[in-house]
Amino acid sequence: MMAAIRETLAEKGGWLRLAAVCAAPTLLVLAFALAAGWLVPGRLTAGTFMRTFGLVDGPHPGFRRNHAKGVCVTGWFEGSGEAVSFSRAALFTRSRSPVVGRFALAGGMPFQDDEPEKVRSLALWIMPVHGGEWRMGINDIPVFPVRNAADFNDFLLASRPEPQTHRPDPSRMAAFLARHPETQQALALLKARILTSGFADDTYNSLDSFAFINGEGTITPVRWAMVPEQAARPPAGPGAGRDYLFHDLIEALAHGPLRWHLVVTVGGAGDVTADPTVAWPAGRRQVDAGILTLVRAESEDGGPCKGITYDPLILPEGIAPSDDPIPAARSAVYARSFVLRSGEPKTASAISRADIRPGEP
Amino acid sequence: MHPVEHFSLFARVLHWLMAVMILAMLFIGIIMVTTVEPAYHRLVDLHRPLGISILLLAVVRLVNRWLIRVPPLPNTLPPILRLAARLSHIVLYALMIGLPLVGWGMLSAGAYPVVMWPGFVLPPILPHDPALFAALRRLHTWLALILFGVVLVHLAAALMHGLLLRDDVLPSMTGGRGNRTADDSAS
Repeated sequence: MMAAIRETLAEKGGWLRLAAVCAAPTLLVLAFALAAGWLVPGRLTAGTFMRTFGLVDGPHPGFRRNHAKGVCVTGWFEGSGEAVSFSRAALFTRSRSPVVGRFALAGGMPFQDDEPEKVRSLALWIMPVHGGEWRMGINDIPVFPVRNAADFNDFLLASRPEPQTHRPDPSRMAAFLARHPETQQALALLKARILTSGFADDTYNSLDSFAFINGEGTITPVRWAMVPEQAARPPAGPGAGRDYLFHDLIEALAHGPLRWHLVVTVGGAGDVTADPTVAWPAGRRQVDAGILTLVRAESEDGGPCKGITYDPLILPEGIAPSDDPIPAARSAVYARSFVLRSGEPKTASAISRADIRPGEP
Repeated sequence: MHPVEHFSLFARVLHWLMAVMILAMLFIGIIMVTTVEPAYHRLVDLHRPLGISILLLAVVRLVNRWLIRVPPLPNTLPPILRLAARLSHIVLYALMIGLPLVGWGMLSAGAYPVVMWPGFVLPPILPHDPALFAALRRLHTWLALILFGVVLVHLAAALMHGLLLRDDVLPSMTGGRGNRTADDSAS
């Protein structure tokens, strides 16, 4: 065999043949490295966000990298049939689908204190009996503070605490806001929102735009909100307790079911779908797509919401992503967070089983 | 020049189709896990059905390989390279079948729906188990990198046969030099 190779190399162009043998795999390796972003530093990946959350919130193994403090809830969603003309997703028909949800506080600190103005979120996993599940993570703010993943990473980094002072450097955020007037406007809307007493009387917004697709294939841009049946009460004053939002929720559920209406807003001509910092004008058509009923709270420790991810791109047939760039980024980042925390040792969460059923172990 | 014993046409079509699919899959995979841009979900939506297609085709190919005669390696090849060729093909087949199964199993363990296309979801093949999900997710990456490595070695070996040794190995899969096929010689 070696003789045959030597013979070839001795011929005219023989070395060119050897070069070709080496070049093909080398080019493939280079192309792979290029695709992976290894040759150009600074590509924004899910890993970038893991590092950013680590810088902002510190390491908290075993917990979600964002919305780390939470509690599981269960119940069901009952479609009203009203949204069927916009989306062919099975869960909008007049039927009941089981739900595993999660209330949480925004931020990566699993033991942070509850405070009225902290952003509250509701994550839902709606599982129609015959398939077509829908997952979402929705928040009690009117708009998202940034337009895309890169801006979100910069926004988070601008809010990171300084190692010496343990407080954010205000000049960092000022510099970010100077470059991002859309974030200034969004934060003004966030600040102006009416705070409620807790999770139960709060409204949670999709912030991102999606597309509903009906039986005829007609595509409708939508946003949605979970609007509580519970009457809004004013927020608690100081000294309510470090877990008061969660304890109030647990107590409310112990007294009876809590209900929200899934109110779908139909985008009009000219409404931006690609930019979650911009609110759609008031007066858009709204459809009451069904009622969410939550009946039970459970600690994340052993609870049904711990071992899943509320990836906002797990959509049923009949709902599709829009040109909004944020859901794809959330999907990628949640997946990375889910892998990391699932492989890490578990620490008991702030809202323990004892918090929910006092007296039981 | 003596006629080349080719792989059957079916085996050659499967080989080149899967070569394109596997390379596409490796690149889709690495781009997918290193981006947070909107391409992410489009690549994920492509990655799952393409992976399951590779799994199905690999099973067809394995059965085909058992049933139909394969052209022998040239006698001039030293035993050590003969063994390397045999082992690398076993690894290739194991990964063509194993990698999609690990992907499917990992999504099952993570309670992700294994969506092929809108409205068609494969059933889970493993129970919901987050720790298993995390382990399989890592295994998926390592196996993919090993597959890429074996593909590179396979490509380099094929080019060595075709350009330096100039034996029958490369034309037996490209269908070049003459028209005799393994099917003909077996009959």
